[in-house]
Amino acid sequence: MAKILIQNVSVSYNGFQALKSVDLEVLANEILGIIGPANSGKSSLLRAINRLSEIDYAQVTGTILLDGENIDTLDRNTLRKRIGLIFATPVVLPGSIYKNISYGPKLHRRFGKKELDELVEHALRAGNLWDEVHDRLKDSASTLSGGQQQRLCIARSIAMDPEVIMMDEPCSGLDPISTAKIEATMLELKTKYTFILVTNNTKQAARVADRTAFFLSGELIEIDRTSRLFTSPKDPRTNDYISGRFG
Amino acid sequence: MTLRIGPRTSQIIAYCVLLLMTAITVIVLFFIIGYVFKNGLGQITWQFLTDRTRDMGKEGGIFPSILGTLFVTVLAIAIATPLGVGSAVYLVEYTRGGLIRRIISFGADCLAGVPSIIFGLFGFIFFVITLNLGWSVLSGGLTLAVMIIPTIIRTTEEAIKAVPRAYREISYSLGGGKLDTILKVVLPTSLPGILTGIILGVGRAVGETAAVIFTAGSSLGIPTSFFSSTRTLAVHFYILAREGISMPKAYGTAAVLIIIILLINFVAYRLMHRFMARYY
Amino acid sequence: MKDKIAEKLFLFIAFSAILSLLLITFFIFQQGIPLITKIGLGNFFSTTWSPTKGQFGILSMIIGSLMVTTGALVVGVPFGLACAIFLAEFSSKAVQNTLKPILELLAGIPSVVYGFIGIVILVPFIRQNFGGPGFSVLAASIILGIMILPTIVSISYDSLLSVPNTYREGSYAVGATKWQTVTMLLLPAARSGIVAGIILGMGRAIGETMAVIMIAGNALKIPGSILDSVRTLTSTIALELGYAAGDHRAALFACGAFLFFIIIILNIIAIRVTGRK
Repeated sequence: MAKILIQNVSVSYNGFQALKSVDLEVLANEILGIIGPANSGKSSLLRAINRLSEIDYAQVTGTILLDGENIDTLDRNTLRKRIGLIFATPVVLPGSIYKNISYGPKLHRRFGKKELDELVEHALRAGNLWDEVHDRLKDSASTLSGGQQQRLCIARSIAMDPEVIMMDEPCSGLDPISTAKIEATMLELKTKYTFILVTNNTKQAARVADRTAFFLSGELIEIDRTSRLFTSPKDPRTNDYISGRFG
Repeated sequence: MTLRIGPRTSQIIAYCVLLLMTAITVIVLFFIIGYVFKNGLGQITWQFLTDRTRDMGKEGGIFPSILGTLFVTVLAIAIATPLGVGSAVYLVEYTRGGLIRRIISFGADCLAGVPSIIFGLFGFIFFVITLNLGWSVLSGGLTLAVMIIPTIIRTTEEAIKAVPRAYREISYSLGGGKLDTILKVVLPTSLPGILTGIILGVGRAVGETAAVIFTAGSSLGIPTSFFSSTRTLAVHFYILAREGISMPKAYGTAAVLIIIILLINFVAYRLMHRFMARYY
Repeated sequence: MKDKIAEKLFLFIAFSAILSLLLITFFIFQQGIPLITKIGLGNFFSTTWSPTKGQFGILSMIIGSLMVTTGALVVGVPFGLACAIFLAEFSSKAVQNTLKPILELLAGIPSVVYGFIGIVILVPFIRQNFGGPGFSVLAASIILGIMILPTIVSISYDSLLSVPNTYREGSYAVGATKWQTVTMLLLPAARSGIVAGIILGMGRAIGETMAVIMIAGNALKIPGSILDSVRTLTSTIALELGYAAGDHRAALFACGAFLFFIIIILNIIAIRVTGRK
């Protein structure tokens, strides 16, 4: 069964249609790559899935099912706990590394000191950051490098123990080494979580995604196994994009 | 013959004139503070600070006025802070820049510029007479609260608006509700700005005369309840100076006032810097 | 659920704050307007203020307020602008970081202290060097000028700083000196902020009460020169509220209402000028 089922979903902002009746299936424990040029509706889709679109005052139509349940019937905050979102620019909250990781979990229930310590360590290990920061958890998170900050954001998401982690161009501002670390993290965590990876770097999708979807101007043009999409795309526009003719 | 001054020369002249004028301004400030201190610091003894005021202020200390200032200011801040901060939160977080927000912002803007004597008039007719609270700590505190609410709304609004939208999105994306986000992300992040607003309010309350003299009164007794009439330091100083009761005591009181204002500014400055150092 | 209650609570708080602000407006006008309608606008704007005879003309006080406010601007604007320009354009970060707090401190000193300095230094100085009683338009103008400096400096400074750096670079790139850049580019670009600062400073000068009472002399006549004693609207309210009753008290509220009206107009202009919504 599909982890997330997207049926006929459209998103518009003040009359501008960012996403046009998209149907899409996200399978459990896969990394689904979403590629496409700027303004193709990729981010709008992610924001609709965890209902962050509500704070943009976007109009969303169609249905999105998480494990067969309509997300509109779920409690908004529980939904967001189950589906994490990593933004393009790593945003750390003011405060320590420890506080950044523990912020999310503490929103949902009370924790003992020891339990919270363990959770923070687990999340940072999963995010491949523990070795670099374990001796300075109380330092301000803003002292970390860009790549470390993005891994902190991933760890912050993992600390929520989500089912799905959505990433919105997570490596767009990062150097190749940091990018490689994040990609390795995703591959390690795939057995536990489902990933949706929006990227404007087609090579990244080719490297890590099991399946890849190509979006253009708010429409889903094509979705297929990554290897097949990149070698024998059915739609000429997909071919033009992945061969670098535009975008 | 016309005298042409080259751009270089005019630059030098302008620089000198600006420097001179800035220097004069700064000197005037230091002169005012220095002059008051030179004549007033000698008056400040433990006895001056802790003794009752006697003979209309010719003799004794300023203890009742220190207490009065403290009570009135604390009351004003205790009322104005939740109202001001709460209003600003509502404006920024719950309205979408619509008509309500524009009206409230405009009202706060206008009232922030209204002279304190107007607040004195209002406090006098509303709290002292209409509500029959009389000249009291309560009337004075309420009047000052109303006076500093616009300042606190404005500064808090600016501070909250400066919190990056991304912080809120992070919090929401982690399943935080609106209230969680406000209490745990927005307010802590904007705390320095909010504190500055509150401290500015304290400064205004401590130094205020026109709004207090007609609401808290000018009684020299030690205030024992919210309903006691009291004379704040600024009012006491005004009466001493204007009626020429005692110049030495006036200088002493002025020095105390300025020291308090300097301390408030210093604390605000340090608080902000410590906060900044911790979080940024 | 929690969020719904919170929203209601914040709405309630916002409304109470606004209510308090509306109350002020309401009470000041409710107390003052009836008297104006009773005695008529002609009487209200005449020069005779004689509460015991039922004469409540505020013209001489309006002129008094105007004179000291103009005087304050003459003193405060050049110095305020000079400080702002010097700080924003001609000084290092270190100087800015030292001088800015010092000037803000100037704003924090209670107005009664300024008035007192006026009494003990400025008034005797004017009396000895220029003649007259010393308690005068001149003394009030100088003290008020100093008092409005911080407002003018800080708003002008902020608007100068908010002019994008590319303007400056563009100007230097074509060989302009710093001063030419300031006069030809930065001042015009920051004009609206500077004007707003001046208007707000003007509002502060019109509204100032205690300092003016202490040094202006408060004589009830239209001053013939800047060395004459003068009485402002605010002084009248503060001097007489303590003992006024009946129509007299209502007349003081009418003064307040008039003052309130002027200040609101000034604020509206300032808000319009800066284009802030």
